[in-house]
Amino acid sequence: MAETIVELIGGHPLLEGLSPTDVEQVAGCSRNVVAEPGDILFLEGDPATTLYLIRRGRVSLEVHAPGRGPLVIETVGPRSVVGWSWLFPPYRWNFTGRVTSPLGAVAVDGNCLRAKAEADHELGFLLMRRFASLMLERLQATELRVLDLYGDGPGR
Amino acid sequence: MVLAVEAGPRTRHPLTPLLYRLAGKRRETEDTVTLTLEPAGEPIPLARPGQFNMLTALGVGEVAISISNDPAVGEPLEHTVRAVGAVSRALCQTAPGQVVGVRGPFGTAWGVRELLHSDVLVVAGGIGLAPLRGAVRALLERSPAHRPRPQLAVVVGARTPEQLLFEEEVLNWQHSGAHVLLTVDTARPGWAGPVGVVTDLLGQVPLDLTRSSALVCGPEIMIRFTARALVRQGMRPEAIRISLERNMQCGVGLCGHCQLGPWLICRDGPVFTYGERVESILGVRER
Repeated sequence: MAETIVELIGGHPLLEGLSPTDVEQVAGCSRNVVAEPGDILFLEGDPATTLYLIRRGRVSLEVHAPGRGPLVIETVGPRSVVGWSWLFPPYRWNFTGRVTSPLGAVAVDGNCLRAKAEADHELGFLLMRRFASLMLERLQATELRVLDLYGDGPGR
Repeated sequence: MVLAVEAGPRTRHPLTPLLYRLAGKRRETEDTVTLTLEPAGEPIPLARPGQFNMLTALGVGEVAISISNDPAVGEPLEHTVRAVGAVSRALCQTAPGQVVGVRGPFGTAWGVRELLHSDVLVVAGGIGLAPLRGAVRALLERSPAHRPRPQLAVVVGARTPEQLLFEEEVLNWQHSGAHVLLTVDTARPGWAGPVGVVTDLLGQVPLDLTRSSALVCGPEIMIRFTARALVRQGMRPEAIRISLERNMQCGVGLCGHCQLGPWLICRDGPVFTYGERVESILGVRER
């Protein structure tokens, strides 16, 4: 039997533990999406309107560097989240999101979610705390990569 | 130049290299090769995965290099060497038929025999996959008669897809029953795998980490973050084994160059059980 949007997002780590009422609120802004490898979810510079809760598949975040072509800076996989440019002005994507393996995700309308968070600050706080935790994780992972861990160390 | 060396009987001493002839050389990446070595005379004792040998590039110097296979199953000794300094570069440039010096084996092993019935997660970064390769092979050979059959997951990180070690063999591990996850720091479009650090993938490992063991090897910072992440996800610190590398010079605990807190890595390591004491001491600067 097909799962409802509430069931789909309720089991996602980003929303795990939220009250049924809060999950319903988020579900009201959400729709189920599928995409195939090669599909572009969003383009760098375009208006950012969507949060994707990934259920299966993988999305690569790419940036175009002059003379170097597109570079993959990160990939995001199952049970993770892609897209938070809709959270802060100017609400434009910083990267291009390309599907690299068959994707099943829940797309949450960022404008709708922002409006609900503004109207219900408790929900807004719970969501922001979760986004902050996710951003911290990504920041720490980025810091590790900046260290170029696998590069040349002092060798003999 | 091929050195003509007569390998006669000799007295075995831990500071005296024995002569091995390069029987084969396989390029793994742009700067890394695997050397297959056969004794030119008296062999060193059988090495276990996790241990290391001191390899001598004759006329250049000596360097500690992990064993990258499991000689106990009858394979010739293999070392995977990355050219990062004068000695390792000379070793990488050694041609088949030429002779190198080998002292060892030294240090502690992964202890694969103790893991026959455990689900095991192997986490490797960069050249850190080399010391784990023999352990993975041994873990894949565990008898399916054990019910339920113990699971094996392997998470490998590298700088780029081109710098993934043993790529073909690693993909074969998948066919042999291991869950394999590869990730790289950067990639061009076309790389279908993940881009990110190994810790990003730990949540996707299909093992019950609270009941599993882990073997971790790679850059020390990666080891620290991986071990902490595993503990956060419920793994017991005593179930995590890590391999450390410091400035190993004598290999037998005499010179003290590889001291880390109360330990000499060459003698008490390189494989340690992660725990409060090890955790607190990681990050201490080497002498």
